[in-house]
Amino acid sequence: MANEAVVTINTDADVVAARQKGRELATELGFVSTDSTLLATAISELARNIIRYAKHGEILIAPVQSGDRVGITVVARDKGPGIANIPLAMQDGFSTSGGLGLGLPGVKRLMDEFHLVSDANTGTTVTIKKWKR
Amino acid sequence: MGDQRAKRNEDKGQGVSPTREMPPPDDVSTVSLLRELVAHLRKNRTQLREEWARRITAAKLLGAMSSEEMFAEATSVYDNYVEVLETGAVEALQAYARDLSERIIPRGVETDEVVGIVLLLRDVLARSLFAKYQTDFQLLNRILDAYEPAANRIANTVAVGFVQERERIIRQQQEAIRELSTPVLQVRERLLILPIIGVIDSQRARQLTEQLLRGIRTNRAKVVVIDITGVAAMDATVANHLVQTVEASRLLGATVIVTGLSPEIAQTLVTIGVDLGKMNTVGDLQGGIEEAERLLGYKVAPFSEISQQPI
Amino acid sequence: MEVPILKQGLYLIASIQAALSDLDLVHLRDALAEKVGKFRARGVIVDVTVLDVMDSFASRTLRDLAHMTRLRGAETVIVGIQPEVAFAMVQLGLTLEGVDTALDLEEGLAFLDKKTKRHPSRG
Repeated sequence: MANEAVVTINTDADVVAARQKGRELATELGFVSTDSTLLATAISELARNIIRYAKHGEILIAPVQSGDRVGITVVARDKGPGIANIPLAMQDGFSTSGGLGLGLPGVKRLMDEFHLVSDANTGTTVTIKKWKR
Repeated sequence: MGDQRAKRNEDKGQGVSPTREMPPPDDVSTVSLLRELVAHLRKNRTQLREEWARRITAAKLLGAMSSEEMFAEATSVYDNYVEVLETGAVEALQAYARDLSERIIPRGVETDEVVGIVLLLRDVLARSLFAKYQTDFQLLNRILDAYEPAANRIANTVAVGFVQERERIIRQQQEAIRELSTPVLQVRERLLILPIIGVIDSQRARQLTEQLLRGIRTNRAKVVVIDITGVAAMDATVANHLVQTVEASRLLGATVIVTGLSPEIAQTLVTIGVDLGKMNTVGDLQGGIEEAERLLGYKVAPFSEISQQPI
Repeated sequence: MEVPILKQGLYLIASIQAALSDLDLVHLRDALAEKVGKFRARGVIVDVTVLDVMDSFASRTLRDLAHMTRLRGAETVIVGIQPEVAFAMVQLGLTLEGVDTALDLEEGLAFLDKKTKRHPSRG
């Protein structure tokens, strides 16, 4: 099975690197190209959130298996200020800055599973999964 | 690992023992017993195989096959079976079971038949062991101790392989049906029609969108008519998919016209607050095609003028 | 990576060659806004065929680009968005509202011809 990758997110160039890693792994695992694109797009948004709200963080991209299902899990972690109002951030159409926003509901729509933990002390961790069709 | 887990009725030999997670034959005496067993099965191959085929026929299994086909399959199952007994490696058998299943499933062979023939083989072989070792009860017992777990493992492998293959085929067929049920039709240059019929769930809506977007690109379509006359109901999720389809098509440079909205669906769209400004709707498919042709720059004569019928 | 901008008649054509960082996109936006004035261009085509991801930043920058060039007197059309990319974009809620799109370069040129009335289409 393919290996996991950790991409440190510090600059906007890392956003591109992270999503390319995601696409590579998806292709390696035989994802259909639409799903590879959905995954790469979601990773791009998560990496962007890290830079925008926390400046630094990391993204882990790893294969997962459950029964005979194969998928990819992505964990985006930062030690930033955290999200003050999670229900609000998960509301469609919410954005903190004119259209750029957190984009989290969108990311959730792109993925099969979505999990968000955030508080002011520890920062934000978003875990997403996409299963191979 | 070395403890005797299988308790068996001494005078019957057909006792039930656990089929899962049989430890591989690891102790020396088991290995040498299996080797003796394998030699016996190889030596009597012709006769045992025929006996097995006879039993299969008598039990009316594999009726979908001609007797030649059945005998050919039986031969390769037999050889594979013996090989697994010899090597303890089930990988080859798994591959063979998949391959066999792939061939016989389209012929209509059922799960119980596959399980049935493997159990029959197990039985035929066990009986021949009885016959051979009946004079030495101790040895018979030990031979059966070695044989049974291996035989059960084989039966299990073949049955599981068959069921998995069947499930794979069913999934594939479902996929094919879904593809079929959302045909993207090119009615003329640059114009696609997507008639949607039946129940749309989230998954189908998604598939339909993907298919349409690919269709737009490959056919270089400029206008798409999505006709949902055949769709009885639409919940909010699916309605949102429809809106997304319209928006995604526009990103590729194509205009979408939606036709055939039933009053119920119109109500759903209004209730959930779909932005109707984004949606180009026309009453029926005929009207939608006329509108599409107008957008494409064709001159359209009203239907009533062509047919010259007073309406 | 710098995006080459070609001048063809009254149009500017920016053909993206590889994945772009945010900074590259911002440069492209600014360069086009500047060149539209310099070349008195009437139309701009941004070819994004090679982009395999279009996230919120890219969408917003392209939208800004289109609005900026419009304010400077040129229509912009985005061409070559891939089917999968469009699919992901709409799920993220990125619809490039108010921005014109076309299938590919050829369609983009035809669109601009029509829109800038170089070859007014008959009725």
